[in-house]
Amino acid sequence: MFELLGIPPQVLMGQLLLGLINGSFYAVLSLGLAVIFGLLNIINFSHGAQYMLGAFVAWMLLEYLGINYWWALILVPVIVGATGVVLEKLALRRLYHLDHLYGLLLTFGVALIIQGLFRNYYGISGLPYSIPSQLSGGQNLGFMFLPNYRGWVVVASVVVCFGTWFVIEKTRLGAYLRAATENPTLVGAFGINVPLMIMLTYGFGVALAGFAGVLAAPIYSVNPNMGADLIIVVFAVVVIGGMGSIMGAIVTGFGLGVIEGLTKVFYPAGSAVVIFVIMAIVLMIKPEGLFGRNN
Amino acid sequence: MTETATMTHSPAASGDALLRIEGLQGWYGESHVLHGVDFEVREGEVVTLLGRNGAGKTSTLLAIMGILSKRKGSVTMRGAETIGMEPRHIAKLGIALCPEERGIFSSLNVEENLMLPPKIAEGGLSVERIYELFPNLLERKRSQGTKLSGGEQQMLAIARILRTGAKLLLLDEPTEGLAPVIVQQIGATIRQLKQEGFTIVLVEQNFRFAASVADRHYVVDQGRVVDMIPNAELDANIDKLHAYLGV
Repeated sequence: MFELLGIPPQVLMGQLLLGLINGSFYAVLSLGLAVIFGLLNIINFSHGAQYMLGAFVAWMLLEYLGINYWWALILVPVIVGATGVVLEKLALRRLYHLDHLYGLLLTFGVALIIQGLFRNYYGISGLPYSIPSQLSGGQNLGFMFLPNYRGWVVVASVVVCFGTWFVIEKTRLGAYLRAATENPTLVGAFGINVPLMIMLTYGFGVALAGFAGVLAAPIYSVNPNMGADLIIVVFAVVVIGGMGSIMGAIVTGFGLGVIEGLTKVFYPAGSAVVIFVIMAIVLMIKPEGLFGRNN
Repeated sequence: MTETATMTHSPAASGDALLRIEGLQGWYGESHVLHGVDFEVREGEVVTLLGRNGAGKTSTLLAIMGILSKRKGSVTMRGAETIGMEPRHIAKLGIALCPEERGIFSSLNVEENLMLPPKIAEGGLSVERIYELFPNLLERKRSQGTKLSGGEQQMLAIARILRTGAKLLLLDEPTEGLAPVIVQQIGATIRQLKQEGFTIVLVEQNFRFAASVADRHYVVDQGRVVDMIPNAELDANIDKLHAYLGV
């Protein structure tokens, strides 16, 4: 077998796969943030908590009701998305005429409350959620061993990301969304119910976070801090990709996951900061982000 | 003011008034921009609002559409009072706006821009008919909306409110900043639309253009309608109009 710069291919491939899996979560989460920011102009700081909520709801469904992973994959986004709809209707809606900062503060506060509640009831040690039996085991690819579940995470994320991209960029519903992002007043004057669209868009963005939470439950431990740790990186991903850019969020999400993985191979000490270094460089060279529109 | 006068006046005119505006006041935030606008538009008419910059012409159109932050008075469409309604409900009564800044969406291509406003009633123009009126738009239907020339963007902004079934079109300075040949084309389009049965309220700075398309002209000054001149009597009133417009 060949070696690259003295690195055995198993190690390289293993880290690439880990990077791709992290990248899947970055992509799904930053996609939700980008969709929400695009239409609502709100930086959804509770996104990490909503991702954690997704994992916990999946765990609760299994623990208390015996509902399995596959049903959770459908039910959890609906449940978590519905909590988003309620949050939008009761609170966020009142902030649209104010500065972005108020939305950020409100969602940050909500995140602290949700995380606090779960810490109080479930502690911070983490709860187990097992991989569904259909996806246990793995494939020997010759150069590496690929656990089935991890392959599934990547595939499911890619499908959800590109499905979302397709709906937003290629359908009539997406055209409404894009138009309302640019000029909600005019879209409203055409007879379209913009407040309803905003509510459902927030719900959808939050549902994506919930979906990512279900995907994460079997591989990361289900604990109240899981979102808080991840979301900081995801914000960096969104900044690099460009706020509000759908394709930008997806491509940068997967790409940065892979770059992070490679950094672990070639310069392990740098892997924790590489994304932030890239963010700083991008902000200096192209402040609107790699895929951001210049306006 | 003269409520009795208005009341005795109303029944006679209400038979054919599509849009009736009485004592309309409007605000942008704290700033009071309309101070009692009164006018009416009959079905099938082309009416212009003439006046200086800042007289309140655009604000009047926005107020009809319900877009100002606050409005008072009365705006009725086919007798239905709209003063407390949201813009999206007003749109469903058959009123459509072509805004001054054109409002072409940059993230939508030409066809998506054209198809964006939902149908609110039967009787709008078919897409084929629209492309017949504006062949440029068909050629460029896959282009990004804001990549069109100024004239084409104006055509698109008018075109997209024709297929929704709205019968009252509010056109805000459709000729602004366009070359004379395009202005002529837009004039021809407006006369064509009148023939097809649309009712049009047109805001204009260019009163020569206004005279070429309109039945009547309302003069707006300091947030009020101060005069009405039928197009046929425009020549006789030209000095008065010059005084209003300050030209």
